[in-house]
Amino acid sequence: MTAELVPGQNHPLPSARLEVRVSAARPVAAAVVLTDGSGRAPGPGRVAHCGAAPPPGVAAPGPPAAGHHLALDLGALPPGVERLHLALALPPGAGAFGATAAPHTDVATPDGTGVASFTLAGLTAETAVVALEFYLRAGAWKVRAVGQGYAGGMAALLHDHGVPDAAALAAAVTAGPDRPVHPGSGLPGPGRPRPTPSATAPNATAPTPPPATAGPPVPVAGDAPGLTMDERLYNQVWGVFEDAARSAAAYRSAADFADSRQEAELEALLADPAARFGPAAESARREIRARRDDLERRAREVLERDSAQLLAEMRAVEAAMPAPMARWDAPVWADWRAPREEPPYAVRLGDLHLPDHPGLRVPMLVRMPLPRGLWVDAGASPDHGVPGPGVPGPPPGRGGLRGTAAAVAAALAARLLACRPPGGMLLHAVDPDGAAAAALAPFARAGLLAGPPATGLPAVAALVDSLVKRVDLVRMALRGGADDALPPSVDRAARLLLVHDFPYGFDDRTVGGLRYLAEEGPAAGVHLLLVADRADAAGYGPALDPFWHGLTRLSPVPQDCLADPWVEHVWTFEPLVPAPGSTVVTDLLHRLA
Amino acid sequence: MTVNLAKGQSVSLQKSTGESLSVVRMGLGWKAAPRRGLFGTRTREIDLDASAVLYADKTPSDVVFFQHLVSNDGSIRHTGDNLVGGVGAGGDDESILVDLPRVPVHITQIVFTVSSYTGQNFQQVENAHCRLVDEATGQELARYDLAGGGAHTGQIMAKVYRDGSGGWQMAAIGAPAQARTFQDMLPAIAPFL
Repeated sequence: MTAELVPGQNHPLPSARLEVRVSAARPVAAAVVLTDGSGRAPGPGRVAHCGAAPPPGVAAPGPPAAGHHLALDLGALPPGVERLHLALALPPGAGAFGATAAPHTDVATPDGTGVASFTLAGLTAETAVVALEFYLRAGAWKVRAVGQGYAGGMAALLHDHGVPDAAALAAAVTAGPDRPVHPGSGLPGPGRPRPTPSATAPNATAPTPPPATAGPPVPVAGDAPGLTMDERLYNQVWGVFEDAARSAAAYRSAADFADSRQEAELEALLADPAARFGPAAESARREIRARRDDLERRAREVLERDSAQLLAEMRAVEAAMPAPMARWDAPVWADWRAPREEPPYAVRLGDLHLPDHPGLRVPMLVRMPLPRGLWVDAGASPDHGVPGPGVPGPPPGRGGLRGTAAAVAAALAARLLACRPPGGMLLHAVDPDGAAAAALAPFARAGLLAGPPATGLPAVAALVDSLVKRVDLVRMALRGGADDALPPSVDRAARLLLVHDFPYGFDDRTVGGLRYLAEEGPAAGVHLLLVADRADAAGYGPALDPFWHGLTRLSPVPQDCLADPWVEHVWTFEPLVPAPGSTVVTDLLHRLA
Repeated sequence: MTVNLAKGQSVSLQKSTGESLSVVRMGLGWKAAPRRGLFGTRTREIDLDASAVLYADKTPSDVVFFQHLVSNDGSIRHTGDNLVGGVGAGGDDESILVDLPRVPVHITQIVFTVSSYTGQNFQQVENAHCRLVDEATGQELARYDLAGGGAHTGQIMAKVYRDGSGGWQMAAIGAPAQARTFQDMLPAIAPFL
């Protein structure tokens, strides 16, 4: 995973050929200063910038832009060069870095594997900054996060690195050559204003600008507060979720208003018998409809612009997601290795989407360790659902739904196991009539089941009792602040209890035990994953209602079942299912074993 | 450069560089009138609530106030209720952030009001102001100061509205109203739309 650097931190580089990406809220000029071991540049030819032919090994940066993409080949540098300094500067008159969002730099290998990234936070009155330094140490190149700002601008920065005639060169670097940006660069041009509704609004016949080229800043992954990259990604996903909900709310409210205004105006037209008929009435009606269509079209343009921006941001985020937060088809699973440390920041339970933003899938992330049990609803009515790409065939019937639910639960269980080091979470299963044997088989083959699935009541009771006892002990120890005094039989591993076809195989006493586990288990490292149709447990009456409400319900088929917390749009939840024929889950279990 | 508005005056919201504004902050402040008589130094708390009402033409479409801090479309955010008030002459007691490019296309005007939920009237308020600040630079764009006084419990401060050419303008209103919440204020706002 990409290392998130703090100022002064260094990081080894895996290869001599590197790609450096810079993204900033406003157009910035970029330059690379090549220096010797003492940090001095012998001449202006040792500065790669947009206005001159670059020295070997460094591609010339483009003119000032909100995004830069530089290729470096550290093996091809002129002899004597032992350091490269990546400098960024705001063009004259563009203010200081303190007034914009912090610029972000990413270093990656040419095949796109992230090496290190660095966000230049904390700048104030500086107008130029050394972002990164690549340096040769004991025959190996390393990258260091610098973040040294210069209130005196690029001229002061260049002067500091011993570049002669720094002021003139600085002017050339920050001004950029007098030519338009190549349209194929995919990066927004310098100073291109953010599109605003008013900019696209007035002319009804103007063609809609394609949203992809009307460039707001290039989205980057991790563009949110947080101490770690995972936390930043988690917060960014919530940001996208909220923005998507609100942007849809803006469109829906505008469209509703357009409709109600049209209705009121048509009604007013009808109220006047004299104006009801004739060519004048006809043209008035046409005008009313045109006004409605115009407003709706402008609102849709804004929605499409927002959609495109959120999609681009989500693409960047998806590419940076660590395995527990990634889709099953993400490349990160292909070379997945069992983690060495304890649970990740969050885990992904499914995807959410809204018809207003076609194509946008917002990951449903929950913090780890899971605060509540999970319930895959085998009685979920597929009526509201639309078959998604992950679920093959038509919406399954009742029988098929149980199988789908078992498969979704198995994939979830594998994902939860993959959140911890091997042996960090043990899996227990309850499968009263053996119906989920197929779903459990890969776990059994990989030796990841802590005992055979419990079938009859005695086995279920023994399993539930042992987990209840464990939770009791751990709670007692935690409460007494003596978690090191646990008996040796109580190991540190978390438990995942996967219960199929609840409440079959349970009696009143074991149901009570399960309710206790659902409430108190998460704090003691015992987690519940239930596959159940609530109707099957109707015999218990309303006494079980708090139990169901205490679980996070997940539908095994796409279903419109989740309201966002801001404007309460109904979102379609889609479970995470590996593509048919994909071996990602079995591979993962194999590596965990 | 700040433009000091008088009642009824309006100003176009353009940056000095000619660019259009992005996020602006409407800061509303008030100051308790000094007590006369005994115990004159005892502080008096003035709990006024700032609200912003979003209008599509003349139809109220959404409102931002202390119980609904963000408009549904996310373009307008209230930074929170201040229960005491009277920070001073220059400071704002409550702020409402407006992301102008994100304001939905059908919203044509945003009216800013101040009302007293506890029913305190403006006789206890010495002066009140509202000022519009460019959030990107901290620069004050326009300011409207009202003299205090009056037995009313609400005040319609100003509105920010779209002009014909796709830009935004701010107009000082400064009209009194009898209102504890924004709902009571709606009929009083209507003549100023």
